[in-house]
Amino acid sequence: MAQQARAKAPVEVTGAQSIVLSLEAMGVDTVFGLPGGTILPTYDPLLDSTSVRHILVRHEQGAGHAAQGYAAATGKVGVCMATSGPGATNLVTPLADAYMDSVPIVAITGQVGSKSIGTDAFQEADIRGITMPVTKHNYLVTDPADIPRVIAEAFHIASTGRPGPVLVDITKDAQVAKATFSWPPTFELPGYRPTVRPHSKQIREAARLIAEASKPVLYVGGGVIRAGAAAELTTFAELAQIPVVTTLMARGAFPDTHQLHLGMPGMHGSVAAVTALQKSDLLITLGARFDDRVTGELASFAPEAKVIHADIDPAEISKNRHADVPIVGDVKDVLVELISAVDSDRDSGKAGDYDDWRERCLGWKVDYPVGYTSEDPAMCSPQHVIQRIGAIAGPDATYVAGVGQHQMWASQFVSYERPNSWLNSGGLGTMGYCVPAAMGAKAAEPDRVVWGIDGDGCFQMTNQELATCVINDIPIKIAIINNSSLGMVRQWQSLFYNERYSNTDLHTSHNGERVPDFVKLAEAYGCVGLRCERPEDVDATIEQAMAINDRPVVVDFVVHRDAMVWPMVAAGVSNDAIKIARDTAPRFDREESEAFEQSEDADKDGK
Amino acid sequence: MSKHTLSVLVENKPGVLTRIAGLFSRRGFNINSLAVGETEHPEISRITVLVDAEDIPLEQVTKQLNKLVEVLKVVELPHESSLERRIILIKVRADLQTRTQVLEVVRLFRAHVVDVGTETVTIEATGTVEKLEALLSVIEPYGVRELVQSGSVAIGRGPRSITDRALRP
Repeated sequence: MAQQARAKAPVEVTGAQSIVLSLEAMGVDTVFGLPGGTILPTYDPLLDSTSVRHILVRHEQGAGHAAQGYAAATGKVGVCMATSGPGATNLVTPLADAYMDSVPIVAITGQVGSKSIGTDAFQEADIRGITMPVTKHNYLVTDPADIPRVIAEAFHIASTGRPGPVLVDITKDAQVAKATFSWPPTFELPGYRPTVRPHSKQIREAARLIAEASKPVLYVGGGVIRAGAAAELTTFAELAQIPVVTTLMARGAFPDTHQLHLGMPGMHGSVAAVTALQKSDLLITLGARFDDRVTGELASFAPEAKVIHADIDPAEISKNRHADVPIVGDVKDVLVELISAVDSDRDSGKAGDYDDWRERCLGWKVDYPVGYTSEDPAMCSPQHVIQRIGAIAGPDATYVAGVGQHQMWASQFVSYERPNSWLNSGGLGTMGYCVPAAMGAKAAEPDRVVWGIDGDGCFQMTNQELATCVINDIPIKIAIINNSSLGMVRQWQSLFYNERYSNTDLHTSHNGERVPDFVKLAEAYGCVGLRCERPEDVDATIEQAMAINDRPVVVDFVVHRDAMVWPMVAAGVSNDAIKIARDTAPRFDREESEAFEQSEDADKDGK
Repeated sequence: MSKHTLSVLVENKPGVLTRIAGLFSRRGFNINSLAVGETEHPEISRITVLVDAEDIPLEQVTKQLNKLVEVLKVVELPHESSLERRIILIKVRADLQTRTQVLEVVRLFRAHVVDVGTETVTIEATGTVEKLEALLSVIEPYGVRELVQSGSVAIGRGPRSITDRALRP
């Protein structure tokens, strides 16, 4: 565990004090939350804590996403706190988000007094029942004596095995009553024993398939980042000389500049990554889950490939795609074992030869780089703006996206070189994730530049946390990729609904409307508000934002609204039907002759 | 679809049944019958679930069940090597003309009469689903006034205990 438990002698305290002492003992330095009636007792001793910093958010959803951002940036458990009823239900979206993306967070909520439970008391909601499907585990605590044990269990469950959210609901009377606090508590979870060490027989079988394969691909998912296994992945890929694809959740697990990297697979993946998976004869799947956004139509996904599937969660293995070699274990341990197995195979001359295959993959990468065309040279292209932010802020910065077109462009046009540098809502697709998650990431790592890349729709869902950032000295930078639309929905309406734009116009920049004016809004919060509307001003505006470190900065980048995310595999169709632009499919005839020039896909910025 | 019998050993704590039942519906499975009770170890409860599922989705639901923190063990009990019983209570019309025939059915099925009124008798029967269905079809023509059935409970044949194995660390 990242957080170290500190031993404490027994003392007689209130349940509320016990909560704060437990958080301190777990090494928690930051809690995002908002008080209310049933959590009030806990907020009193929290005021006196010298090691736990409480950051008062403006909406509990912000507390939850901030805890996620904190956790995703550092690998430590993020903590959020809320009162009962609406406070707790406002945490449901971040909990569901953390569950989908395996983010370790602990949510502590107040609950009405144990005598009032079930009476429809004021601000009563059965948050334990409500969150059962979206948490890894949850608790209702009515006895103050249970608090240290339950909090220790919650952190243990959140951070071990497949990480995830845990909710601890504590009644008000349990916070007020006295009990003995001592640390560390003993606990036993007989039904919770994650398998960390992979089975050696499975490793040998995997190594055999790797040696026999001629077209292997490393299909890398977010599990590699959660497991802290990026270094082992690089060692393995370089040793075996196998091309790598990194899913949306795994961006940064393998350096984008590495020559073996083919990019992101899936609906908006690169031609090289999508094609390599489709034509592969062996998928070495590490901490990935064959999500529908990666596989497209499942029946035609990687039809010739055998599958090695390593995951710490046994339920992921063979859930969507049958695994020929299932490996249950921590992907870091799996990689260490695979490295030694493949290494000894090489020593005994049994190494696979993938030279031709690698050349083909790298050829696709050269022929079909992820690019874009400018819709109107007089207007900013969203891709250009995002690419320049990435180039200027560099690989040490942390990038946090909302959900939609800007998220896909941020995954495509920023070069990620280190794990935990890319934070986004992958599984749940939560609009509104960006601002609070960026806040959490910056609170966790104040010395790092944190850029939120947000949409004009997403930003309006959670921008109130800018107040939290200003007051608590959390100087994040937010780039609003403002196309005055719910852009991804608009893109689907353009492609699949005859350009009938039903309810996707947000009136935030086009046709002379600015509702709201994001610069004025930023200034109203005490942030610096900047606006950029011309391509020639993009770099200077980013540099200006980079120079401001004493306050949050919001940049309103007004961009063309007809820009679309390409490549694209339409929902539910085979990945073989990948399009690199509207009505344009790649032509794989390079293997016979010269590459076919794709003028629509010309990368004007030479990325 | 085929019928499967799952024995799920869980920690005897509040809310566990909700987690199990919720997981089945969330993952798209239909529970045919469910019975729950304490085992010989009071800290462990045993839930018997009868479910219709193909083999591969069943494996998925078993894995998902195993992920629940309070689930200790999930065992599928094959029909050929396990015993399964449920209990049924039937309040059936039985006046002076039909009472003898109803009691004859009770005797044939080795059931019991547990309550008698002027117009009805109440029959208790235990057995497999098939036996109880046969009893019901014979008794139905007399006029069933009220019917209540328990979920099935099931146990493996032979000396082995799945609870002992679940307790082993």
